[in-house]
Parts: sequence; structure tokens; C-alpha cells
Amino acid sequence: MTTIRHHLDDATLVSYTSGALTNSMALVVACHLSVCGECRKRCGEMEVLGGEMLERLQPVDLSDAALQNLLDALDGEEASEPTPKAPSPPPADVPAPLWPYIDKPLDELAWKSLAPGFAYVDLPCQGTGASKLLRIAPGKSVLPHTHTGNELTMVLRGSFVDEVGRFASGDIADIDDAIEHQPLVDSPETCICLIATDGPLRFTSLLGRIVQPLTGF
Amino acid sequence: MKKVVPLPSLRAHGDTDWSQLLASMAKTGDRALFVQIFQHYAPLLKSYMLRLGVLESVVEELVQESMLTIWRKAGSFDPARAEAGAWIYTLARNKAIDWMRKQKYPTCSLDGYEEDTQDSDHEPGELHLIRHKMKTAINELPPEQAQVIYMSYFEGRAHAEIAAKLGIPLGSVKARIRLASAKLRNFWEGE
Repeated sequence: MTTIRHHLDDATLVSYTSGALTNSMALVVACHLSVCGECRKRCGEMEVLGGEMLERLQPVDLSDAALQNLLDALDGEEASEPTPKAPSPPPADVPAPLWPYIDKPLDELAWKSLAPGFAYVDLPCQGTGASKLLRIAPGKSVLPHTHTGNELTMVLRGSFVDEVGRFASGDIADIDDAIEHQPLVDSPETCICLIATDGPLRFTSLLGRIVQPLTGF
Repeated sequence: MKKVVPLPSLRAHGDTDWSQLLASMAKTGDRALFVQIFQHYAPLLKSYMLRLGVLESVVEELVQESMLTIWRKAGSFDPARAEAGAWIYTLARNKAIDWMRKQKYPTCSLDGYEEDTQDSDHEPGELHLIRHKMKTAINELPPEQAQVIYMSYFEGRAHAEIAAKLGIPLGSVKARIRLASAKLRNFWEGE
């Protein structure tokens, strides 16, 4: 397992554990958690915080019949059935939470070309925001840009460098609008990233920024 | 300019070891234990789901589904590695969100996949200690920090929503959450 050097922000983890993230952003968080013990540990602590918060709510009574209905439903149920079926495990470079969304190895996906050296696949996340897989050829660079909202990027294959540092497989770029950066793919192999934004328009503008330097060719 | 949203009144809650109780229920299939878990958690889950935005007309159904899932999955609950409150909280959160969004909330522990969680996750029993300390730690947070934590967990509000509601910049919301997280962590790592 590679060493993870770039982790999730605490603020993002609180949003994730409290259920406030869009599904597109939550997907990237879950994928990073599946490979990062350190973030998983912090996430576990924030879930304990969630459990403690639950205890502090004013309880709201259920209808009188609720318990009896449940007990009736338990008839015919075996207590504590073990988890059924183990689905086929994903390939090594596909984090488990991503697998149900693509169900094919990365190289077999229907990549849509965006510009020479850039291709993407849309992921079917509900709600606002978007998540995509982005494939960038070695030596290609994205225009310098800042972030108007939240964007999460997790590297699945290859690596890129920017002003913050070098991001390799498993690393997550959890950066907000305070930082301007210009990612450059520095790996000899193609870089594949899972990217999510929390606003509907932002991703379009990100893709626009990527394409911009290339339309001049 | 700054709006202060009043914190909910804090309920005193007892010291029942729900993790052991849940594990015993799984082992014995004792319905009396299930009733005990129901009586404590079902009204809390109803309260929580209503706050998240689940409709009154379906909330009882979702609470009942959650309770049934607790019964069914209790066998996979490991009291050494997990903590009952956190386990029940995430289960109910997912149930509510899945219903509201009509799509599963992505989580890293998908049924059937067992990721390698041995290397850097918590020591056996560590989460229980954290839970124990958490009760006090939250009360030590400055009101401004406690407020953003409450708004996140009680209402499932995104940072941008919290910022709009409090009339403060997005960056300040994140900064407060980071400070609160660091303080809580110091509290349970400090001793």
C-alpha cells in the first residue's frame, strides 16, 4: 500500500459524517477513506461525535403501535443474519466505493475525449454538484486556477504536482478558494483522478479551464 | 451582524453500555434487549430524522426500518472495534439520506467489502474511551464552535448553509469546525 501524503480536511470530514456533503463529494471522501487509515480513524471519531449528538436531541415519541409492529416483523427473522453475498472485488486501482458506479476496470470505461490528452467519464451521482473521472496524459497541465467553491480530487493512478505538493495514488487534494494552483501531470503514465464539485456550474468551468490552453493548437 | 442560534437544551443521559447490550442481543437473539434499544434509540432517531428533513409521513417507517436493520446487522457489530452510538447514528444517517436523495450515500464500508482496516485504525476499546470523554469535551467548546458542530450534526447543514444562516464567511465556518475538531481531539488524546 502506498503512503498517503495528502489527507482530508477536518471540516470536510465533519460535513461528510454529518451527512451534509453532496453524494458527488461524499463519493470522493469515501474512496479516500477506503485507502487511508489515518482519515478513517478521524472519521470514526467524528461518527462517535455524531452518536453523542444523537443523545442530546429531544426524543420524539413514536406511535403506540410502532414497537408492536416491529416485534411482529421480527417473527420469521433470524436474529443477526451474517452479511450475505460478497460482490466481486474491484481492481487494485479502483477504490471499493467507486466500484458500483463504474463496474468496469478503468481502462475499459467509455472515456469521452475533451481535448488532446484529456478525457473524462461522468459518474451518476444524484443531487447538486458533479463527479467525474478525469484522465490526463503525462506532461499535460491544467491552467492556473482558484476554486470558487469546494472541489475534491483523489488520484487513482499516476501523479501530478502543483503549488501545494505532489499528489500520487490515494492522495486527496482538499483545497478551497484560498489557493491558486496549476496541476501538472509528472508521472510517466497517464494520471487518472476522481474529481467532485459541490456546485452544478463549477465543474463545467473547471473543464473549460482545462480545455482553454489547448484550443489554441 | 452575527446571529447566534440558541443551542438545544442538553439532555442528561445515562451510562448504559449500549455496545455490550447490542453485542449480547446479537449473540442471544433476546427480544427484551431489542425492546430496550428501541425504547432508547427509536425516539432519538425520529427526532434526528425530522431535523434532517425527513417528512413526518414517512419518518416512522424509516425509524422502524433502521431498528430492523439494527436487529439484522447486530451480528456484524464488533464491540471491540466499534461503538454502538456511532454505529446506530451512521446507520440512521444513511437511511435518512438514502431516502431523501433516492441514492445511497457513499460510504467506505460497503456491505461485502472488507477493506484492510487493521493497520492504523483504533485500538480495541479506544472508541469507547473517546465516547466517554466526548460527553465532557463537547461541553468545553466555546459557544461559537459548539454552534457549528450542532448545526452540522443536528441539521445536516453544509458549510455554505451554515455561513448563510449565521451571516459569516464560508472560511470562518470551516475555521470554526477545524478549531472545534482539534480541540475535541486534544481532549481525548491529552490524557
